[in-house]
Amino acid sequence: MTNHYIDFRNADVILNMGSNVAENHPVSFKWIQAAKEKGAIFIHVDPRFTRTSTKADIFVRLRSGTDIAFLGGMIRYILDNNLYDEFYVKNYTNASFIVNPKFSFDDGLFSGYDPTKRAYDQSAWAIEKDENGIPKRDMTLQDERCVFQLLKKHYSRYTLEKVTAITGTPQEDLEKVYKVYGSTGKPDKAGTELYAMGWTQHTVGVQNIRGMSIIQCLLGNMGIAGGGINALRGESNVQGSTDQALLFHIIPGYLPAPRAQWATLEDYNKTTPSSKEPRSVNWWKNRPKYVASLLKSFYGDKATKENDFGYAWLPKLEPTQDASWLNLFDEMYKGKFTGFFAWGMNPACSSANAGKVRQALAKLDWMVNVNVFDSETGSFWKGPGMDPKKIKTEVFQLPCAAFLEKEGSISNSGRWMQWRWKCANPPGVAMPDGDIIYELFKKVRALYQKEKGVCTDPILNMKWDYETGGHFDIHKVAKEINGYFLEDIPEHPVDKKSYKKGTLVPSFVFLLDDGRTSSGNWIYSASYTEAGNMAARRKKTDPTGLGLYPEWSWAWPVNRRIIYNRASVDLEGKPRDPGKALLKWDAENKKWVGDIPDGPAPPMGTEGVFPFIMKPDGVASLFGPGLKDGPFPEHYEPLECPIEKNILSNQRINPVVKIFEGGLDTFATCDPKYPFVCTTYRVTEHWQSGVLSRWLPWLIEAEPQMFCELSQELGSLRGIENGDRVLVETQRGKVEAVAIVTLRLKPFVIAGQTIHQIGLPWHFGWLYPKDGGESANLLTPTVGDPNTMIPETKAFMANVTKITAQPAKKAGKA
Amino acid sequence: MADKSFFIDTTKCTACRGCQIACKQWNMNPGTKTVQRGSHQNPEDLSYFTYKLVRFSELEVDGKPRWYFFPDQCRHCVQPPCKMMAESIGVKAITRDEATGAVLYDPKVKVKADEFKQIRESCPWDIPRWDQKTQGMAKCTMCFDRIKEGLLPACVKTCPTGTMNFGDRDKMLEMAQQRLKDVKAMYPKAQLLNYDFHRAIFLVVDEPARYHKFASADTTIIAALGKFINPVQNISQLAG
Repeated sequence: MTNHYIDFRNADVILNMGSNVAENHPVSFKWIQAAKEKGAIFIHVDPRFTRTSTKADIFVRLRSGTDIAFLGGMIRYILDNNLYDEFYVKNYTNASFIVNPKFSFDDGLFSGYDPTKRAYDQSAWAIEKDENGIPKRDMTLQDERCVFQLLKKHYSRYTLEKVTAITGTPQEDLEKVYKVYGSTGKPDKAGTELYAMGWTQHTVGVQNIRGMSIIQCLLGNMGIAGGGINALRGESNVQGSTDQALLFHIIPGYLPAPRAQWATLEDYNKTTPSSKEPRSVNWWKNRPKYVASLLKSFYGDKATKENDFGYAWLPKLEPTQDASWLNLFDEMYKGKFTGFFAWGMNPACSSANAGKVRQALAKLDWMVNVNVFDSETGSFWKGPGMDPKKIKTEVFQLPCAAFLEKEGSISNSGRWMQWRWKCANPPGVAMPDGDIIYELFKKVRALYQKEKGVCTDPILNMKWDYETGGHFDIHKVAKEINGYFLEDIPEHPVDKKSYKKGTLVPSFVFLLDDGRTSSGNWIYSASYTEAGNMAARRKKTDPTGLGLYPEWSWAWPVNRRIIYNRASVDLEGKPRDPGKALLKWDAENKKWVGDIPDGPAPPMGTEGVFPFIMKPDGVASLFGPGLKDGPFPEHYEPLECPIEKNILSNQRINPVVKIFEGGLDTFATCDPKYPFVCTTYRVTEHWQSGVLSRWLPWLIEAEPQMFCELSQELGSLRGIENGDRVLVETQRGKVEAVAIVTLRLKPFVIAGQTIHQIGLPWHFGWLYPKDGGESANLLTPTVGDPNTMIPETKAFMANVTKITAQPAKKAGKA
Repeated sequence: MADKSFFIDTTKCTACRGCQIACKQWNMNPGTKTVQRGSHQNPEDLSYFTYKLVRFSELEVDGKPRWYFFPDQCRHCVQPPCKMMAESIGVKAITRDEATGAVLYDPKVKVKADEFKQIRESCPWDIPRWDQKTQGMAKCTMCFDRIKEGLLPACVKTCPTGTMNFGDRDKMLEMAQQRLKDVKAMYPKAQLLNYDFHRAIFLVVDEPARYHKFASADTTIIAALGKFINPVQNISQLAG
């Protein structure tokens, strides 16, 4: 999130699109309620009428997988009706930048497309620079090649008629949402957007969010209280795990993962973002300090200037390798792995095309399954259709502690690192994850020391001293992440003060690229300092009155609660919305008052620094040339869709998605065998694939079995009554479910045809309870967003047929 | 301890069912075996093991879907008809705490099937439940063991949205009246259900029966009960 949960209450309009906030983030709903009580308008846009919709002032439906069309129509509406925040757009975005003449867009394709590679040459989308390397601008926004005019042109095609034909949302509903959300373009109005997997799990996932980012920038809603783009993360610590580089393309703190072509640290540092714009802070220019400090944290005294701080010991990706989840399991399926740790995960149920994943697990020599309960992954070898005698995989099950049975931090969606304390011992031999990792690595290293092996340097040189009295010490890890001064520093270049060897660094501002500092993750630097464990703070002071609570836990970076907050003030540093003053410049004392500003520099004025300090150009990108599938979001149909032709162009699907072909990867578009749009989702009562929640009697009592929600119209069409048992099938697999025939789903009219939508939860699995049902991911396809490879599990094609009427008594109304 | 009440504001309820689960947890009630019946409401009904149940009701109003949630529970009547009935047939399982107004069942007292039938039927909100195996009766306890220690009832403590409220009766009535006033402009049918008669004041915005068959007691039934038990004051006020 750019903002945080409590900040919802500061919004005048809340748009919940791409998630189901009341059901999947139920506690956060109190802040939506708080906003509503102050008169805020709450909008829910979703294929289904859910528990969230019941509390919406405006609820409108759209067909799964058509969000860009919906948002593109909103961009057009905002521009056509002059609802945008002109000051903000001119000063704080790249609207005035001139794009080079090689950029064009025609019939669904941007310039630079190579159909044989299914890829773009992104250099065709570059911003034009002057002789000093500074972006050329037209502050009148009239130049036909300026971003603003290109944006206008691009979205002029998204007329209400076309958007309705694609999304199935009636025109009057579109206009209602556009008008209300567009009203937040005034400086004293704030609009916020809450999304989750309903936006990410598409072949256009990143561009869904880009579409909304453009809207937020046009309306001046970024960097302000009650605004922002707010990802409701699907697990309590998924933010923390991303920050700590759970994903393949990054190392801790969003530093890019090293690749084979960057053989030395110098090569790696050459990729550091640079900017010739003197008014751009371009904070990423500091990256070499964070890399050097990370390597010092990894390898300690073994990391020296002479050996590139051990950079050579880091594993490298191949030059263009994408080692994301879908590819990983594809490789496993092809027999390329010998071993696998399934740690706190249940890919046999949680992964798209789970049937393929289950087959892939059988290709392994060994698997270690670390979890609180057994799962369909740990026991895959005795699952449906498996013959244990024929499976070679040796499975080790390691029971781990549940969250109340261990100490440590979790980072919530609002980037708050919150310390938690242990309240009970784990049962039996179960251990906290940290202890398991710590002990495991000690054993692995001892084996390498004894038996040698290939490439032992990274293992033997790793600094591994996070214990106290012979036991793993989570505080030592937290301090390591914050970082230390590794030598006495008589006069630090930043503040000319002296710092003692072995003390904790006050923040990442003090990190150095010469090996004299360490930090396990620069963005968390300042979280555990000589003043103590900031994440453990619990003071309820609120000086701004905006609910920032700066002394409750700690937020990265440097306790900033709302990022890009310099965009909330005018050129003189005065709050643009005095009623929600997030930040203001105290000219007398020459300092900022309010939230921790995005850098201490004085207000922008006419010569000062631009507000978006993490962007090389210093401003927000309406035109974003960095993504694989284009600088502007464009509507493409999901890989599996109900219409032959994209209404907006001849490119039916995203032209750069990777197509997995053969074996268990099959797809069906416009196939009469699979006529219905299908989506998957979660319910309040269960957690992800259900590994934790299915074993809890009170939760399984509340949501006991797999269901499929469908409209009354589809029910009549297929002779399905509420409570009947049905079979849901796709090209990949089939799942039995109980039908919930409900007026909360309605057929859509798409390009003149009636299109039905169905949906299922993905919480169930064959292991437990025995009559619970199977995973909805047996149905979903192996295909992902080209930028992230997040699978498209929110829009695919399926069939539903009746198996039997409900055996017990006839069900009542839904 | 002052006379207590719940204020249950259904306009804020998202049916997260935190109350239902917290109730089971505090009271150490087991999860019962359920199946998906074509509804998200589960278990299907209140039981000896389920004192608090969020009822789901789907309907269409002016062509638009409505989905009403009703966190059902014992109303803790000012003059509990179940208690009067039990006493009249010699069943000594029901007491009323004078200080708080909590109506309490002793599940250890064995009650015969036909006796229970009469007690259940005496309740206009269909709350009392009985277990064939133990022959005991059970229902919401107002978390009597919590409130006497100054804690909130488990369902109120866990509610994230402000739907479940609990406190001194006058404060709860005041809160309910204020909220009724606030929502009336948008929902002209908004009303507080039978609040003179009991201690679980529900705010609804549509016909009560659209939420749940027994959401609101028919005033004629209350009147009839009144004749049978003790006359209830101000019956005429309830008829509105």
